[in-house]
Order: sequence, then structure tokens, then C-alpha cells
Amino acid sequence: MARSTIVAIDWLTVLLFLLLIGFGWGNIYSASYGDEVFSLTDFSRPYVKQLYWIALSVIIIIITQAIETKFYERFAGLIFVISIASLLGLFLFGKNVNGATSWYAFGPVGLQPSEFAKAATALALAKFLSDMQTNINLINHQLRAFLIIALPALIIIPQPDPGSALVYAAFFFPLYREGLAATYLIIGASAGTLFILTLLFTPLWVVLGIGIIMLMILIKNRKHKPRYSRYLLTLIVITGFCFSVNYIFNNVFEQRHRDRFNIVLGKEVDSKGIGYNTNQSQIAIGSGGWTGKGWKEGTQTKGGFVPEQHTDYIFSTVGEEWGFLGATTVVILFIGLLIRLLYLAERQKSQFSRVYGYSVVGILFVHFVVNVGMVTGLLPTVGIPLPFFSYGGSGLWGFTLLLFIFIKLDSNRVNEW
Amino acid sequence: MRKLLLYLIIITTGIVFIARLFYLQIYNTSFAALSEDNAIKVLYDYPQRGAIYDRNGKLLVTNQPSYDVMVIPRELKPFDTLEFCSILKISKEKLVNQLHKARVYSPRVPSVVIPQLTKDEYAYLQEKMRKFDGFYIQKRSLRDYHTESASNVLGYIAEVNDGLIKKDPYYLSGDLIGMQGVEKQYENELRGLKGIKRIQKDRFNRDIGPYKNRKYDTLPVNGKDLTITIDEELQSYGQKLMENKRGGIVALDPSTGEILTLITAPSYKPELLVGRKRSPNYTRLHYDSISKPLFDRGVKGEYPPGSPFKAITALIGLQEGIVDTKESFSCNHGFRYGKKAKLGCHSHRSPLSMIPGIAQSCNAYFANVYLRSINKYDTPQEGIDNWKKHVESFGLGNYLGNDLSSGSKGLIPNSKFYNKQYKYPTYKWYATATISNAIGQGAVLATPIQLANMTAAIANRGYFYTPHIIKAIDGQPINIENFTKPKYTTINKEHFEPIIEGLHQVYTQGTAKSLQIEGIDICGKTGTAENYTKVNGERMQLTDHSVFIAFAPKDDPKIAIAVFIENGYWGSRYAGKIASLMIEQHIKGSISRTDLEDWVLTHSLEEEYAKPYSGEPFKINQ
Repeated sequence: MARSTIVAIDWLTVLLFLLLIGFGWGNIYSASYGDEVFSLTDFSRPYVKQLYWIALSVIIIIITQAIETKFYERFAGLIFVISIASLLGLFLFGKNVNGATSWYAFGPVGLQPSEFAKAATALALAKFLSDMQTNINLINHQLRAFLIIALPALIIIPQPDPGSALVYAAFFFPLYREGLAATYLIIGASAGTLFILTLLFTPLWVVLGIGIIMLMILIKNRKHKPRYSRYLLTLIVITGFCFSVNYIFNNVFEQRHRDRFNIVLGKEVDSKGIGYNTNQSQIAIGSGGWTGKGWKEGTQTKGGFVPEQHTDYIFSTVGEEWGFLGATTVVILFIGLLIRLLYLAERQKSQFSRVYGYSVVGILFVHFVVNVGMVTGLLPTVGIPLPFFSYGGSGLWGFTLLLFIFIKLDSNRVNEW
Repeated sequence: MRKLLLYLIIITTGIVFIARLFYLQIYNTSFAALSEDNAIKVLYDYPQRGAIYDRNGKLLVTNQPSYDVMVIPRELKPFDTLEFCSILKISKEKLVNQLHKARVYSPRVPSVVIPQLTKDEYAYLQEKMRKFDGFYIQKRSLRDYHTESASNVLGYIAEVNDGLIKKDPYYLSGDLIGMQGVEKQYENELRGLKGIKRIQKDRFNRDIGPYKNRKYDTLPVNGKDLTITIDEELQSYGQKLMENKRGGIVALDPSTGEILTLITAPSYKPELLVGRKRSPNYTRLHYDSISKPLFDRGVKGEYPPGSPFKAITALIGLQEGIVDTKESFSCNHGFRYGKKAKLGCHSHRSPLSMIPGIAQSCNAYFANVYLRSINKYDTPQEGIDNWKKHVESFGLGNYLGNDLSSGSKGLIPNSKFYNKQYKYPTYKWYATATISNAIGQGAVLATPIQLANMTAAIANRGYFYTPHIIKAIDGQPINIENFTKPKYTTINKEHFEPIIEGLHQVYTQGTAKSLQIEGIDICGKTGTAENYTKVNGERMQLTDHSVFIAFAPKDDPKIAIAVFIENGYWGSRYAGKIASLMIEQHIKGSISRTDLEDWVLTHSLEEEYAKPYSGEPFKINQ
């Protein structure tokens, strides 16, 4: 590495990364230690393993920084193909852990290819969009971009790991930045709103309400010769959507999926059954108060009331032991990192780097929103980790790889023309 | 614009999350309590309840171990109900019912299923306990009584009820609390403090060790031992004398206000209200509405005091300066104050001055004095209110402010009372309308303890100490100002000597001549109080109450006593004899007049008490 490259590295991002990793490990330690004496050779303990994962991630960081920037752009396609192959390979060689076949086992160590597929997909999308011939406004090219994104997601869903598949929605960020029509955003947002409204009320009421609103707009605009056919068409589409949502929700979804939505929407209260995780996690966070119970002093954490606390629910430990101040600090660190990355992505001169940067922001953002939303009871239960925080080697390495490729790309921006 | 939207989404998300955290952690406080509830198990270590000793150091109450079967409903697993019921000798319905109640109360908090097993029942059950998940045994201590008397003084302990649990969070289901008497009044001293052990639990409800290294655990603090002012020997003796009679005896030490005995009859043995048999026994005692064994006549029974009150009438007369000790009033078998209105009197020589007036208990004498002390003022209203002020200074007509868990005010009428009764100002009333007050009849009501206190005030020549039951706590004599500071009456000291002389002559030549004790100068006063009752809504007069007050010795009073015997007829017939025996027992420590003692022990008033309920016409004062 040249001296100039080291100087060009965005050390603020690295600092935020280190803060999150460090604080994250402290909480994993608190959530998973017992009465045992701390021993670096006790591999049955998650916090010991995580320490090694963190140490080993230094290798990933060095490699990503040592590799030429051009390498990523040139081999993006190949990396993507390898990644897809590794995902498909799971169906043959994968190890079943907790009902999901998403692991390769290497002795005692497990690797989860889906964690690395995110970075690969980001590279592939960046490569595709930065191609001189790609025009995001052409339907044909839009479809190809969607295909790159959807391919890994579709392979991951049946593993089954719908949570990880959901993350691919993150690529909306770069697509939107590169000029995808806002209509998609509007349609997406409207569909989401209608979905929730339909579940909260019945489809009939939603359609009726929207019909009345449209009628009022019509009456207001009647002097400007509104196109009645458009209004009618919109209403028909909405009606169809609402009723099919209702149908799909009640007949295609499994009960556990329905439960997750119903609990978040407040239609069901069931603190011992399906809502147990969320409920316990909220109790843990809520009992933290202003300053928390102190490190390793969380009664909920110590009692193991929150399942999966050192992995997906690690944020509840932060809430319980560090209180409102600690949890808010973590939120601010994440928001800070995301904004910093957004800023870095925007200052890239090459489109490849920019698309990749936006992808990184999108992926981290979706993880952050879905995870913290779930742990604080705002969103339905979807099991995905909190980046840099949650226990898990593949996740940590995947995010480290994702982030440091971008840091490398960014450090090299002065050389790009 | 496009770039801005992404920034906006990210920042908005951050704000929403921080708001959510604020709601969960700061605004909504219920989570902290929930956390407490589900992560920490609290165990209690019950301390020994304090023992109770009598004034001479005789042990009255200690503890015996007892075992409650407790249940935590949510930890129940299916079990052999038949075996469980047969071990505990309960019906299945009862078990089902108890478990349901426990679940409704709280699935996580322990409730009592079967209270207060004996040692033997416990030993047998303990071996089988491992078969019954969710049940455990909580050791407590029950009272162990070393006396058969004074149950009204000692009171009893019982399981707290839901109302008390809500009022005071110290108490939990199954805890025992003092419900009457000393146990209630000195609950905080006797109970000590429960020790608390907090155990950290995991989500399978398994104990995983002490919470925070026992930082918040506390050790139990044993209850304090009480010494009460009761003389157990005298109390037992009095209770023996009261067998087959109804009424109350209160004896005080005038020099301190300490209650030597507080006897009510009929009574019950304190051990009846211990353990599992407490409830049926209590019910039985409670529903005995005729002899009312739970009614403490000594402090709650309100009776017309009768003639002993004449001492007060005389004292007020002297204090108001409307009579001196030499003036005599004539008595013609009573006192005529209207054409047909006459306050009758028995036959005695006439006329009489104050001292023989007291000794002979002449109604006419006191009627005259009373009228003068009221009529000294311009209106009877003023007169009565002034009279009441004097009477109240003897502790009559209001709660004494003692440390007994119950009591009654008695009644000393004021002008308002008569204004209302005679519909003033539509009609006028005069002092003569209240003439019965002069001899402790009419509207005047007092409890035995008030009369004993009044006697003590006379014995002390003008002051009394508030009667109290507590003598020492954990061996430290009490220092409560209310009990150690004398309360002065409105009567000057010098006026007491002639009254005391009169009371002394009651014994030497008056109505209690037959009750003298050799070697002791007693002052006393007999009383015969007319009384009425309602049976099936019909007002009828019953045989007079036999009343007696006394103190002794005359010049260095060691005991002041008031005895009420319901329907015992004249004062010296029952009350006087009993008072005399009590004084001899207290001062001499033994009884020389065994014939008198035998008479009291062998005479019963049960027949007299049965009369109004027989349904047949009956004669009184036979």
C-alpha cells in the first residue's frame, strides 16, 4: 500500500466502524458470559469466538486495501457468479442449522454465503449500472438490474431465510440515485401503506375510504376537465390490490407470518406465544431507564429472557444495560456512519464506486431499520443481524468486506477520472 | 432533491428510533416492574414474633412453629390430587377452589393453599413434597400461650386479609398480623422485619444464583419482646371469680396508670384462636350474640355508673363552692322535685352531711348538691356545660387515649344533648330534668376502665396517669409522655380529703361494711345501676347492675379498681365482694376470707341472664 492511500482512507468511517465493533463485542460478552473465568481458549463461549472473528477480520481489511481498485470493477461479474454458485451449492452441501440450510461447515466453523452475496451483488450491480451502454430509464435495462438483485434473493428465500432475502430491497438506494423513476417509489410506498391499512381495517373500508377521497378530489378539480377513466382505473387497481392482499394474507401466509404482523399492528396480544421475543426484548429495553442497569448487570440479559440475545436481539442488551443514553448513542453512531457513507458515495467520481457506495448505505440501512425496528417492537419479527454488533462470524466478515471495499474505492477516488 | 430524500429517510429513521426508545425507557415505566417480576424471585425469611411477659416477668406468649403449604400457580405441573388431598386431609373441591383463588390472585406470586400445619402433618408431607411441583412449604410461627386468661388483653394474630395487603405492602398473602389487643396495638414492635432474599432466575424459571451478590438481601430482624402491665396472677384470679357472671373488672396502679387487670366475662382461652382451629372457633365466639365473649366489657361496655358517680357530684359541689362538708340535707325516702317527681332513696337516718351522705349513699343529698351546682349559673345550659367540663377532667365521656386496641367513649351529656332531647327552644328544660345525673343514672354512661381511672384520680387526690398496657419493650421501660405525665382534674386537691373520708366510711360504717379487710384501709363506693334492654324490640327493665369502685390503701394507693357485674343487683352483692377479694389478693398476695371467696365462686347469674330470653314474664331484683 502506498503512503498516499493510507492518508486517503476515510478515517472517520474507520473510527465509527471500530466504535460499533468494540461496543458490540462488549454487549455480546455481557449477554453470553456465565460464571466462568474469562479464557481465550474457551471456544464454547460466543464472546471468545467473536473476539477471534474480529481479530481475523483484520486480514480481510488488509486484503481489501491491498487489492487494486480496478480488480473489483473488472472481476465484479466473476465474483457475482461465484457467489451465486456458493448459494446454489448450499442445496447440495449445506448444513442445516435451526431449520435453515444456509451454512457451510468447516469443522467447528460455519460460513454463511448469503452474508458475502450482498457485497457480490453490490459489485455486480455497480458494474452493470456503470456500463456506458446501460440506461436505467429503459425498461429492458431495468429488468436486467432487477434480475441481478433478485437472483440471489430468490435463491436465499427457500433456504429458507426470508429475512436475508429482504435485505436485497436495499438496492433501491443505488437504483434511485442513478435515476430510476420516482413512480416506482410512489407505487412501492402506496402499496406498503395499502397493505398495512388493509390489515388494520377490512379491504372494504379501505376501498370505500379511498373512493371517497378520490371523489372529493374529483369534485374539487372538476373545472379542469379531469380524466375520469384514470381515476376509475386507479380505483380498480387499488380495489384489486386490497382484496388480493387480504386473500394472500389469510390464505397464502402461514399463521406464524400472520402473527408477526398482527402483533406489531396491535391486533393481537400474546406475550407468551409468538410475541414472546418481542415482548421480552421490550421489557429488557424498557427496564433500562435513563442510564441502564450497568454493564453485565442486566437482569433480563443475565436471566436469558430474551432469546437470541447475543445475535439478533443484541440491541436489547444495550437498552437494558446502557439505558436510553447508551441505546441512543448506538442509534446516533449508526445514523452517523450511514450519513458519512452517503456523503462519501456522493463524492465518488466513478459511477462504479458511487453505485457501490449507495449499495453499502442501503444494505446497512435496511439491516439497521429492520433489526432495531424488530427489537423495539416497531416492526414484525424478521431475523436479521445488526451490522457490526450481532454475534456471528460470517455476518461480521460480510459487513467488514462490504464496508472496506468501499473504503478502498473511496481512498482511490483521486486517481479516477 | 433525490440525494436529499435519502438523507431525510435516514435521519427520520434515527429520530423515530430515539423517540421509540424514549417511550420504552423513560415514558412508560411499566417495563421496569415487569422486568422485576419476571427475572427476580423474592424469598422471605420470617423472623420470630416477640414474646409477651407480664409485669412480674411471667412468660405469657411465645411462638410455636407452623407450616403453610404454598403454591405458585404457574409452576404447577399435573399431580396426584387424590394423594395430595389425603395427605392434607382436605376435600378435592377445597383444593380446586384454593388453586383457583390462588391463580386469580396472581399466577406468579405465592398463595397459601393450606395454612398452619402442625409439626406432625408437616413431617409427613415434607417427604412427599418433591412429587408436587409448584407447591412448597413456608415456615411461620404461631403463638403459643402460657396462660389461660387475658385473651382480651393479648388479642390474637391471624392471616392478613386482602384489604390489609393493599393498604400495607409489607404484608403478603399468608402473613400473620395482630388483629386485637396488644398483638394489634404493638404489631410493629412484635413482628420484627422479614428478611428478603432475591434470587436471579432465567427464563425457564430456574434459580441461577443470588441477585447482585446479595447486595439487596436483608436479614430478618426478630420482633421485640414486650412486657405488659398486667399482673397475670391477679388477672387469672379475677377471671376465676367472674365465672358464670357477665361484666368487667379493671384494676389500675394509681401511681403509674398501669393496668393491673383488664377482665371481661365471659371470656375464652387464648389458645382457641391459634392455628387452623382459629377460624371455626372465632366464628362460634363471634356469633354468640347473647353472652358476647369477644366483646371486651372492660373497655367497651358502657354502663350507667350509678352511685360511685356521687363522689364526682360531691367534688364538683365543693369546687363550685355551693356546699361545704358540714351542711346537711334531709331525706324522706327520696328527693321530691316536682308534684309527682321523686328520686327515691332507701331508708337511713336523716338529715345527712357530706361524709355520711357518701357512706350511706343518700340520693337526696346528691340531688340537692347537683341542682345547686347547675343552678349556680344563669341558665341550665351553662350549668350543664360547666358540670360536664369537671366530669370530663376525670377521663369520663371520651376515649382515654390509652394503648388498647378498642374502647368506647361512654357518655357525659352536655347542653346540646338536652336541647335536642327536650326540643329547645320550643320547650324549656331545667336542671331538675337532668337530676338523675347526680347519682350516675340518666344519660351518664361510663366504661369500667373509665370508672377505674376516675377512682385512681380520686385516690391520687386530683390527677391520673392515662391507663396503659405497655410496661417495657425489649426490657427497656417505656418513656411515652402521654403515659408518664400526670393529667390534672379541675378539682382542687384539698376537696378530695372529705370525699375520701366518705369513701372510707363506706367500708367502716356504710354500704360495704361487711367487706372490710383486716389491716387494709379501703375506700370504695357501691353502686346499683338501673338498666334496660331490648328483647325482640320490646324495652324492658332488667335486674340492676352491681357496681363497685375502690382503692386501697387509703393513704398510699396501690390499686384502684372498678367492678361491673351485669344484673348483679345491689353493689355489695357481687361487685363489692369481688373488688374486695381482688384488693386482698393484690395487696396481701393471698385470700384469708375463704368463705367470701367460696360464695363468689359458687354463685352464678346464668339464670338471671336467661330470664329475658325465656319468653315468659319474669321478676327483676329478686
